[in-house]
Amino acid sequence: MTTRTVPPAVRVTGVRHRFGDTVAVDGVDFDVAAGMVFGLLGPNGAGKTTTLRMITTLLPAPPGTIEVFGLDVARHKLAVRRLIGYVPQRLSADGALTGWENVALFARLYDVPRARRRQVVDTALESVGLVDVAGRTASTYSGGMIRRLELAQALVNAPRLLMLDEPTIGLDPIARTSVWERILEVRANTGMTVLVTTHYMDEADQYCDRIALMHHGRIRAMGTPAELKASVDPDATLDDVFRAVTGDELRSSPGERMRDVRATRRTAHRLG
Amino acid sequence: MSEQLAVPLTGWGKPTPLSLFRLAISRIATMSLVEVQKLRHDRTELFTRAIQPALWLIIFGETFTRLRAIPTGHIPYIDYLAPGIIAQSALFIAIFYGIQVIWERDAGVLAKLMVTPTPRIALVTGKAFAASIRALIQALVVLILAALLGVALTDNPLKLLGMVALVSLGSCFFCCLSITIAGLALTHDRLMGIGQAITMPLFFGSSALYPINLMPDWLRFFNLINPLGYEVDGLRGLLIGTPAQLGLDFGVLALASIFMISIASALLVRLAR
Ligand SMILES: Nc1ncnc2c1ncn2[C@@H]1O[C@H](COP(=O)(O)OP(=O)(O)OP(=O)(O)O)[C@@H](O)[C@H]1O
Ligand SMILES: [Mg+2]
Repeated sequence: MTTRTVPPAVRVTGVRHRFGDTVAVDGVDFDVAAGMVFGLLGPNGAGKTTTLRMITTLLPAPPGTIEVFGLDVARHKLAVRRLIGYVPQRLSADGALTGWENVALFARLYDVPRARRRQVVDTALESVGLVDVAGRTASTYSGGMIRRLELAQALVNAPRLLMLDEPTIGLDPIARTSVWERILEVRANTGMTVLVTTHYMDEADQYCDRIALMHHGRIRAMGTPAELKASVDPDATLDDVFRAVTGDELRSSPGERMRDVRATRRTAHRLG
Repeated sequence: MSEQLAVPLTGWGKPTPLSLFRLAISRIATMSLVEVQKLRHDRTELFTRAIQPALWLIIFGETFTRLRAIPTGHIPYIDYLAPGIIAQSALFIAIFYGIQVIWERDAGVLAKLMVTPTPRIALVTGKAFAASIRALIQALVVLILAALLGVALTDNPLKLLGMVALVSLGSCFFCCLSITIAGLALTHDRLMGIGQAITMPLFFGSSALYPINLMPDWLRFFNLINPLGYEVDGLRGLLIGTPAQLGLDFGVLALASIFMISIASALLVRLAR
């Protein structure tokens, strides 16, 4: 790479993805400038998770292209993976390992030098308040504890791009605030970029520099929270924007809701 | 806060073969270490799993030695059986790893690992390593038991080392076979069905329990393409000194393992989608 203008942290161009007959993502374009907190919002089934998973290199994106800091995701998978930290939507920590081992594993996988590893892992656990339970296997953790453990894993080597899929779901209000404080703290220290999905409009309003609203696999509105609100009504809330963009379909179909419930239960079962 | 700067953006162009090789080795070590940590948290299971091969050896072995129902020449049947039981228990352990990979997929752990800069081959090889360690612990239990039952085992350290290598290769092959099937079956239930449908034929279609010359022709042919047959042949040669084609046994198992590692690694991505 030559020294040109700094590439955006993420550039998504014409991206589509279908699962069988379901078109999950139907032609999405957006840029995330380096250093910002970018929120991907939208009702259940809008295609947010699928979009994130394509950026993580897990799902193919043709005919669209995705670049992470100027690197084509399809061609430089390994290089892109070095730059990202990812917290998936469903709770996931290895229940057979202790909290400490879970984080240490990711420290190794992101090449934290051996000399610093112990300290880095300790710091990561401390910053999410899990030091006291670090020696217990993750199968004994509560949902909120697993979420914080996952954040420690994703942040262990200060990624360039942190991708969080509904990071605060199931967290109590205090934990929610502390998770965001931790994210913003790392961003202040390292200049990392954050790409986040959430269903909490207050969170999006408070923490996101820019928001894209997805619906049925497409982006329906994009801008700063203030711009989006102003486009609907002078004293609109982000809730109103959401409602205006997605019509009255605030709730997904019952079938989809069941799928989510089942998936969550299954995860809880596996971890237990 | 001791937060270091994030990784530099430049210098991550197309990796060279050498850097990829180094990365793979380092990640294989990491994933193997993790598996050892998991085993450490679950020590009782290591030994409860040794009960089954012990029963085979004691009940099946002792009974058939007395009955003299299976002609094994001048070698007592229990001596003949002991290496077969080692291979069998290694097979049963390794075949379980496909299910474990599916569990890890369902728990979301697999996808998270696949998003880290880790070659798939390291994820697969870590599992193969774990299968080998478990199989070797069981082999140790079987060996001690066999010695107590008066089986005339070798005490040549080189041959014992050969046994370690052979059991590891066999475990690696069957573990990767199991992950391959997991990558094709994708769900836990289907994998259980297929796993059971192939484990028993692999076991009975090998010389683990009876000599090849007792087999009908078609079974003899199956034994010829069954890696378990080569594992048993080699183990018997090393442990109780029956005539064996050691070079062939090691060669077949090594090639089969490399082949299976590649296929399992290639199919792993199907599980994470
Ligand atoms: N593995 C899959 N197999 C089949 N269909 C899928 C799969 N994953 C997602 N889909 C479908 O793709 C569409 C988009 O799903 P996605 O998970 O991206 O939505 P989302 O915006 O993240 O929703 P939520 O807010 O509920 O998490 C949905 O219609 C969903 O049913
Ligand atoms: Mg989602």
